[in-house]
Amino acid sequence: MIGGLFVYNHKGEVLISRVYRDDIGRNAVDAFRVNVIHARQQVRSPVNMIARTSFFHVKRSNIWLCAVSKKNLNAALVFQFLYKMLEVMGSYFGKINEENIKNNFVLIYELLDELLDYGYPQNTDTGVLKTFITQQGVKSQTKEETTKITNQVTGQIAWRREGIKYRRNELFLDVVESVNLLMSPQGQVLSAHVSGRVLMKSYLSGMPECKFGINDKVIVESRRAADSSSAAGATKSGHIAIDDCQFHQCVKLSKFDTEHAISFIPPDGEFELMRYRNTKDISLPFRVIPLVREIGRTKMEVKVVVKSNFKAVTKVEVRIPTPLNTSGVQVICMKGKARYKASDNAIVWKIKRMGGMKEWQLSAEIDLLNATDKAKKWTRPPISMNFEVPFAASGFKVRYLKVFESKLNYSDHDVIKWVRYIGKSGLYETRC
Amino acid sequence: KMQGVAASVSDTLGNIRPWLHKVTTQSKMTDSKYFTTTRKGEIFELKAELNSDRKDKRKEAVKKVIASMTVGKDVSTLFPDVVNCMQADNLELKKLVYLYLMNYAKTQPDKAIMAVNTFVRDCEDPNPLIRALAVRTIGCIRVDEITAYLCDPLRKCLKDEDPYVRKTAAVCVAKLHDIDPLLVEEQGFLDMLKDLLADSNPMVVANAVAAMTEIGESAQTEAAARMLTWSGHLVNKLLTALNECTEWGQVFILDAVANYTPSEENEAQSMIERVCPRLAHANAAVVLSAVKVIMKLLELLTPGSDFVQSTVKKLSAPLVTLLSSEHEIQYVALRNINLIVQKRPEILKHELKVFFVKYNDPIYVKLEKLDILIRLTSAANIANVLAELKEYATEVDVDFVRKAVRAIGRCAIKVESAAERCVSTLLDLIQTKVNYVVQEAIVVIKDIFRKYPNKYESVIGTLCENLDTLDEPEARASMIWIIGEYAERIDNADELLESFLDGFADEQTSVQLQLLTAVVKLFLKRPTDTQELVQRVLSLATQEADNPDLRDRGYIYWRLLSTDPAAAKQVVLAEKPLISEETDLLEPSLLGELVCHIGSLASVYHRPPSAFVDGRVAAQRKGLPSRAPTLAEATGAADAGAEVVPTDNAQNAKPAVSVIPTQDSLIGDLLDIDMSGGGGGSGITQQSAAPAVPSQSNAMDLLGDGLDSLLGLGGPAPQQPPQQQPAVGGGSGVDALADIFGGLSATPSAQAGFTPQLESWLPAQRGKGMQIDGRFLRRGAQLQMELQVRNNAMQQLSGFAIQFNKNSFGLAPAQPLSLNPLAPMQTATTLLPLHTKGQVQKMEPLLNLQVAVKNNIDVFYFSCLVPIHVLFTEEGGMDKRVFLSTWKDIPADSESQTSLGSYSHSPDSVSNLLQSCNVFTIARRSVDGIEMLYQSMKLCNGILVLAELKISGGAFTLSLKSRHAEVYSGVQESYLKILKSSN
Repeated sequence: MIGGLFVYNHKGEVLISRVYRDDIGRNAVDAFRVNVIHARQQVRSPVNMIARTSFFHVKRSNIWLCAVSKKNLNAALVFQFLYKMLEVMGSYFGKINEENIKNNFVLIYELLDELLDYGYPQNTDTGVLKTFITQQGVKSQTKEETTKITNQVTGQIAWRREGIKYRRNELFLDVVESVNLLMSPQGQVLSAHVSGRVLMKSYLSGMPECKFGINDKVIVESRRAADSSSAAGATKSGHIAIDDCQFHQCVKLSKFDTEHAISFIPPDGEFELMRYRNTKDISLPFRVIPLVREIGRTKMEVKVVVKSNFKAVTKVEVRIPTPLNTSGVQVICMKGKARYKASDNAIVWKIKRMGGMKEWQLSAEIDLLNATDKAKKWTRPPISMNFEVPFAASGFKVRYLKVFESKLNYSDHDVIKWVRYIGKSGLYETRC
Repeated sequence: KMQGVAASVSDTLGNIRPWLHKVTTQSKMTDSKYFTTTRKGEIFELKAELNSDRKDKRKEAVKKVIASMTVGKDVSTLFPDVVNCMQADNLELKKLVYLYLMNYAKTQPDKAIMAVNTFVRDCEDPNPLIRALAVRTIGCIRVDEITAYLCDPLRKCLKDEDPYVRKTAAVCVAKLHDIDPLLVEEQGFLDMLKDLLADSNPMVVANAVAAMTEIGESAQTEAAARMLTWSGHLVNKLLTALNECTEWGQVFILDAVANYTPSEENEAQSMIERVCPRLAHANAAVVLSAVKVIMKLLELLTPGSDFVQSTVKKLSAPLVTLLSSEHEIQYVALRNINLIVQKRPEILKHELKVFFVKYNDPIYVKLEKLDILIRLTSAANIANVLAELKEYATEVDVDFVRKAVRAIGRCAIKVESAAERCVSTLLDLIQTKVNYVVQEAIVVIKDIFRKYPNKYESVIGTLCENLDTLDEPEARASMIWIIGEYAERIDNADELLESFLDGFADEQTSVQLQLLTAVVKLFLKRPTDTQELVQRVLSLATQEADNPDLRDRGYIYWRLLSTDPAAAKQVVLAEKPLISEETDLLEPSLLGELVCHIGSLASVYHRPPSAFVDGRVAAQRKGLPSRAPTLAEATGAADAGAEVVPTDNAQNAKPAVSVIPTQDSLIGDLLDIDMSGGGGGSGITQQSAAPAVPSQSNAMDLLGDGLDSLLGLGGPAPQQPPQQQPAVGGGSGVDALADIFGGLSATPSAQAGFTPQLESWLPAQRGKGMQIDGRFLRRGAQLQMELQVRNNAMQQLSGFAIQFNKNSFGLAPAQPLSLNPLAPMQTATTLLPLHTKGQVQKMEPLLNLQVAVKNNIDVFYFSCLVPIHVLFTEEGGMDKRVFLSTWKDIPADSESQTSLGSYSHSPDSVSNLLQSCNVFTIARRSVDGIEMLYQSMKLCNGILVLAELKISGGAFTLSLKSRHAEVYSGVQESYLKILKSSN
């Protein structure tokens, strides 16, 4: 398992160093700095072997987080853990940067003691960790209190503590979808998929059992087969076919596998309930039609047409990349504002409001410096779009979320529920 | 002295000072201020603060100490003072002190003892968090004196009422095992650990599983290892606990379950059903570990069954989903998918598009995606792939672009119907004139020419236009190859090649070799006008080059051309073998092993753990389980096996004596022969002696002299070991000496169980009068080659020397060949001891050995087959249990069964006979008059072969199992020969 964990700043100075295993020597800290951070040629892999020691790293802004091992350990687990650790640190002290890490080094050591034992990840749930690792230090605890903590940390429902009380039982569901598209210059969809996330904020008392229903074909149909009475409300047309979904630790996976039911006891506060992926019948909110013409060596003409396929949308941004040797750009657009941003090597076209089923055009003339270095050619990065639409491009719908708490006296009807759909651009690109 | 330490410490910290100062300037008082202490004398101040009466001051001081420790400062001198702070009831402070202890205890073992009492006391603290902290820390203090004190508290903690303490204690057992494995095994901790698997708390179970897995990999005693193996019952319980564990616990359990192989198909099926839900987990490690378990279990199920198909279907979506995770996790996933598509291509065959490269993917993701894309390419999707590849070939990253171009070539080779489109795409890319693209394209076009000869030579013109821009050796070599290969269709081939010749000396060896061959090809195709050119290249290669390979190849060509141009044509312009469609495929047994390591580092490196992990753990190789064949299948296999074996075994067994260089490529290999004469250690002298070869116009003399001087160097070999039988010289029975030695050489065949017949290796007409018969023997662990040389020529033969080409088992003469000069019509026999430490190169057929024998007339080449049984070592025996488990470990589909025919041997006599050839009978069973002998043998290079010999009413049937199926035919032949020899 993980033999040691190091945190460096961008210069390669050690901010945190925690060694869990005897086979990792102090020189490992330097080996990573010399061979990766200070490497003359940028390393091309997140996993590197230096002198029979393996180094796994992730980088967040200027901070390098590195796990070390000499064993054949589970690599997926290591990266998953490093990301988890970033998340935990983030929730304790906000942004991951040098200053915050130095300010909280005692806390980080304390966390590392709890997150990993002998290199094996233990409980990494922030909510639970916060019950007994605080920056203030846990002082005089009664026996009951500590037992409660230890049971919580190791327990079956390690993500939720008992005895939570809210005057108003409320929950929020956000369905956030990233729409990803790769389109050829001729308008052929090369690949398109939606990666969706269902984010839940729960403010519920006690230990509530929740049941979550969505309009996935498989789920709906198997539900209907199991319970014919519930079929009454569902119409067949509104169903989508989800390729794959993944659930938060709290969801009972075996139940999902056998009964296609999503049931869980939620953590308190905000968490990601579910992640899904869909590739069929995606409503692509926009289409981009590019036309690039190189006129000699010093001039280029670009024409871009954007079509909106659905409802009216606000705040749309189109980024049209320009060659590195661009000396000047003249842009004309019918709608919105377009500006050449030399620092980004792109024309950024912003449209405040765009009606549904509309088509707008931008044309630009790009002057180029006579490229002396012929080898350094421009590779025409794709045109990308940023947008946010108030609907789920996959057609994903929340059908219900029922809350049951048998011990306390509130019922499903008393819970106030909010559902929101957001469609965002993921990598929404058109090659040109 | 202290002062000195402090001063040097602060000096070494000079480079850290800038940022420390920056932090100091902040008005906010935060913990980062502790990073600022770099003044001289600070150690003294810290010492004082650590001993302060005020609690808060002590705590601050400890924080400073930890900060110093982090930045690499040596604060070990403060050890006693820090330990003093340990008794504090403040948990945060205690944690810091413990952290310090873990770091420095090893360097100060005597002082660490001071802390023991506190640890022992803390292990009994009413607060479970403190008890757990103590037991967690004490396991990390690797000091022998402390370890002894650890046992009692640990035993208590393993039975603690609080689950938090128990889960910590479980891991502590693994820590202790790492320090002192025998102590753990003797003190019964393994039993206690095993009890924890039935704990009511899921996290305790998970940690116990993790600890057990780790200990199991390095268990010291047989008993411990047995105790730690997973039983079906236990696995069943763990799978139940899976639902309640944390995500990490699920990974530990799945990784442990992957080590268990169920005995029945039903069990495997039900395990798969229970693991499948994990595929929907949000944690990629859980998903990959579940995939690993399922992939392994699938091996045990009937291929093609509905269940297998539906399971395979279930694997695809979760794997694709992994590609929407963070880049680093994508990378791990892609490396694993690369293995999975090699093992079961059906899983992802419809998911081509997800492997399309995105513009912003990091390079490591791009390269991996590209690799998988090619693996998934088929005639059905080639259009899409090709369009993508063309796009990639215009990107900026040089490595990526090169790989994309190469991929286009691979597409052409893989999908014949698309070859033309691929070629035209490559031509388009060549038109871009981007230097590295052009060069890469030429390299792959060469491969396409190899695959589809005489189909696309119309593009040669375009290629030739780019001749001047090629500056990479591989591209130049490829281009030269193309010119040589198609010399008859390129009008100015001679000019083109000549232009390369001008800078001959500056080229890399690969290019020089290619150039040499190309010019010779050209000469053979257009002899009239290229004589001058070929003379020039041959003299360049033989006289001016210092590379022995090049020189030797030059000599060979020269000699071939001057003695027998027709033969030269046959050799140089021979038809080339086809190149295979799939490249970069992992070898099946390695692939199987890596599939057992899905998710782990081995799967990321695509190397077995033994390649990068030290110690015992690495030595244990994992392999995919194999299905127990059903009755019907078993008989089916037997039938198939019987068909494979040719009826006329005798003919098959006859050694194939043929001229070696039948292929162009082989010449290169032949020339790799180390001509140092087997004396050993004269490799360097050979090199330095080479330039002394006199340059003469007569190629034949040149070669002869060259070889003479080369071999001459090897000749005066070191003293011959007295125990080894020297040359047996003399005439054919007339010579008195021959009588003595003749008698000597006859004895072994009497005592040994089996001695093969002499085989004709070099007939007299091919050996210019020298006739060689021979055989291979193994006597007293010594491998020998017996040579019977007969002089059928009219003159005396002398100056004998022998050389082996690189071969599959590294066979090489252990001493030079010693044969006295042989008068006409005389025969001499000699025994040449061999060793197996020579250079290894896999031969086809596997046991082929190419030999060069020199005498005063010429050098003669012949090849012979080494009977595999002489390579069986004396260490081939094994324990029955080892035999059984090894037999099971080897997949059933690598078993090979043949019928050996009928013999009158009794099982005992067979056993003895085979034993004399180092085939060891491990066990014997007799059922209904059918005798089964279980036998094992070990080749000199460590390959194990297991055999089951069935004797039913005189008919012998042999089943073989080995991880290296290549050796089967050889072993079968050896069995046949041995059985026939004394029948």
